[in-house]
Amino acid sequence: MIYLLAQDSAIERIKSLINAACAPEFFLPITIVLFVITLVFYRKITLPAVAGILALAFTAFYVVSMADPDFLKIIKKPDNVPITMMIFLVGFFCWLSLRRAAVNDQRMERGEPLEEAGADDKVLVWPDLVYTELIALVLCSVFLVVWAIVLKAPLEQPANPSVIPNPSKAPWYFLGLQEMLVYFDPWIAGVLLPGLIIVGLIALPYIDRNPRGNGYYTFKDRPFAISLYLFGFLILWCVLIVVGTFLRGPNWNLFGPYEYWDPHRPAALVNVNISDAFWIYLPAALNDRGITFWSPGLPDQPALGGWIPAYIIRESPGIVLLGFYFFVLPVILAKTVFKKLYTEMGFERYLVFWLLLSWTAIMPIKMVLRWMFNIKYFLAITEYFFNV
Amino acid sequence: MSILNQVGNYFRDSQVWGSIMRHGVPRDRRTRAMAVLSNVFLHLHPVAVRKSGIRLSFTWCMGGLTFFLFLAETVTGVLLMFYYRPTVEYAYVDIINLRNSVVTLGLLREIHRWGAHAMVIAIWLHMLRVFMTGSYKPPREFNWGIGVILLVLTLLLSFTGYLLPWDQLAIWAITVGSNMARATPFAGHEGPGAAFLTIGDVPLVHAGSDARFGLLAGTFVGPNALLRFYVLHCIFIPLVVSVLIAVHFWRVRKDGGISGPL
Ligand code: HEM
Repeated sequence: MIYLLAQDSAIERIKSLINAACAPEFFLPITIVLFVITLVFYRKITLPAVAGILALAFTAFYVVSMADPDFLKIIKKPDNVPITMMIFLVGFFCWLSLRRAAVNDQRMERGEPLEEAGADDKVLVWPDLVYTELIALVLCSVFLVVWAIVLKAPLEQPANPSVIPNPSKAPWYFLGLQEMLVYFDPWIAGVLLPGLIIVGLIALPYIDRNPRGNGYYTFKDRPFAISLYLFGFLILWCVLIVVGTFLRGPNWNLFGPYEYWDPHRPAALVNVNISDAFWIYLPAALNDRGITFWSPGLPDQPALGGWIPAYIIRESPGIVLLGFYFFVLPVILAKTVFKKLYTEMGFERYLVFWLLLSWTAIMPIKMVLRWMFNIKYFLAITEYFFNV
Repeated sequence: MSILNQVGNYFRDSQVWGSIMRHGVPRDRRTRAMAVLSNVFLHLHPVAVRKSGIRLSFTWCMGGLTFFLFLAETVTGVLLMFYYRPTVEYAYVDIINLRNSVVTLGLLREIHRWGAHAMVIAIWLHMLRVFMTGSYKPPREFNWGIGVILLVLTLLLSFTGYLLPWDQLAIWAITVGSNMARATPFAGHEGPGAAFLTIGDVPLVHAGSDARFGLLAGTFVGPNALLRFYVLHCIFIPLVVSVLIAVHFWRVRKDGGISGPL
C-alpha cells in the first residue's frame, strides 16, 4: 500500500515536473536548445541507433502519457488526431533528410560520390516509376480507408452562435498564427506575418544565392539556409501548433499537458509595455535608491507646441529600440557577421533578406521577453491600433 | 493458361483494343516508351527519368501523394455534393445523414475529412523535401513559387471546407480565423489606418464594408458565409489549384525533371 502510494506520488511528481517544464519560460528555451543541439550534432543524433532510441523513448512517453486523463482528452479529440500524426511524420522525415545529409556530407569529405550520384543513369518511367506510384497510391488509399473506418471524423454539436466555446481555436494548421496573436496586434499576426511568410517563401530562391546543395541532401554545404528554414518550420510553425493544441486552455491560458483545464483559473501575471517600464518602473526603482530627479509617470503632454503628439514621446523608448533593430542592426551585421553574405547578396537582396529575417526573429524575441520578463509591447500606440 | 492467353490475344488483336491502346503490351523499350507517351495521364511524366530522382528515399513520393490526395478529395467531394446542401437549415443534418448512410458505408465524409488533413501534412512534407534537397535553386525558382501558391490554396481549401459541416467546431474556428481580417491595415475596420479613410465625417471602412465583410458576406459567420465558402470550396479554389498543378507538373519536366546533383 505504502509502496503503491509512493509509486503513485513518484508518477505525480514526474507529471508535475513535466507540467512545470511546459511553462512557457522553460518550454521555449528548452525547445530552442534541443533544436540547436540536433543541428550541431546532426551526424551523431541521426545515426539509426541513436535516432531509433530517441524515437522509441518519445513514443513510449507519448503512449504512457495517455494514462493521464487530461492528456488523453486532448489527444482523443478528433480534430487533434492529425496533430499526433503530424508530430510523428514531421519527426520521421526530418530525421530522414538529416540522415541522408549526414551520409552525403561524410561521403564528400572522404571524396566518395554522393548517394544521388550517377545523374545520367536513366530508367524508363514505365515500369520503374509508374509502379512505385501505383504502390504508393494503393497504400495511401488503404491507409485513408482504414483511418476513416477506425476513427470518426470531427463533428461537434450543431452550430450555435450564442454558445461560445472556451477556448475558441482556429483550425489546427493555423494555431501557430493564432499563437502569434498573443504577442502581436491582430493586423501583424493575422495579416502582416502571413503575408511575409508567403512573400518570403516565394522570394527564398532569389535570396539564397548559394549554388551548392542543389539536387542532393546535405547540411554542410548550406548550414545557414537549412538551420533557418528548419527553425521556421519546426519551431515557429509546428511547435507553436503543438503549444496551441496541448498547452492552450480556457481563456487562452497556458496549462501543462497533464493539467486540468480549469476555466476559472486566474490569468497569469500582468504584462507591461516598454513605455511603462521606461517611464514608470525605471524612475520608481531609481527613487527607491534615493535618486529623485525623475518622477515616475507616463508623459501625456505633446511637445514642440503640439507638433509631436504625446504618444510619440511616451513611446519613444520603443521607437528607439525598434529603430535600432530594424535599421541599425542590419548595417552592423552587414559589416561584421554577415559580411560575406552581404557581398554575395548585394544591397537589394540583403534588404529583403533583412526584412524577412528580422520579422522571423522578432517572434521568438517577443516570446522570450514576454515569458521571461513580462514585456508586452515595444510600441503601444493603442490610439491607432498600432502595437508592436 | 493457354486458354487465358488465347482470350487475351483475342482482345488485344481486336479493333476496339487497338483503338484504345495504340501500342503493344509494354514489354520492351519501345512499347514501354509508347505506353507513357500515348497516354494523356502518364505523359505527365517524361519517358525516362534519372535513377536517383525516383528513389523513394529521395522524393518520398510526397508530391505524388499530395496530388493523389487532391484527386481523392475531388472524387469524394463531388460525391458529397450530391448529398450536401449548403444552408443553415440542412447542412448539419446532411452531414449526420451522410455519417449514417448505408450506401456510402458512412465513410464518404470521413475519408474526405481525414484526406484533407492528410493533404495538409503531405504538402508540408513535400515542401520540406524540396527544401532539404535544395531543389528550389535555379532553374527551379519559379516552380517553387508556384508551389508556395499551391500551399496557400491548399490551406484555404481546408479552411473553407471547415465551415461546411456547420457544427460548433466549424463556425467558431472560422470566426476566429476570419476575425483577423478585421485588422487588415486600411481595409479592416479595426486595422491601423482605417480611421483615416473617411469622407467628411463618414468612415469608409466599417464593420459592414471591410475585408472581413467581403470574406463572410456579412458581419458574422451566417448563411451568406456558408454559401460563399461552399462555392469557394467546391468550385473556385479547386479550379485554380488544378490549373496550377498542371503548370507545376509541366515545369517539373521543363526545368529538367526531378533534381539531381549537377
Ligand atoms: C497541391 C500541391 C502540390 C502538388 C500536387 C505537387 C506535386 C509535385 C510533384 C508530383 C513533384 C515531382 C517530384 C516529387 O514528387 O517530389 C513536384 C516537384 C516539385 N515541387 Fe511540388 N507539389 C505541390 C506543392 C508544392 C509546394 C508547396 C512546393 C514548394 C513551396 C513545391 C515545390 C516543388 C518543386 C520546386 C519541385 C521540383 C523538385 C525537383 O525537381 O526535385 N510543390 N511537385
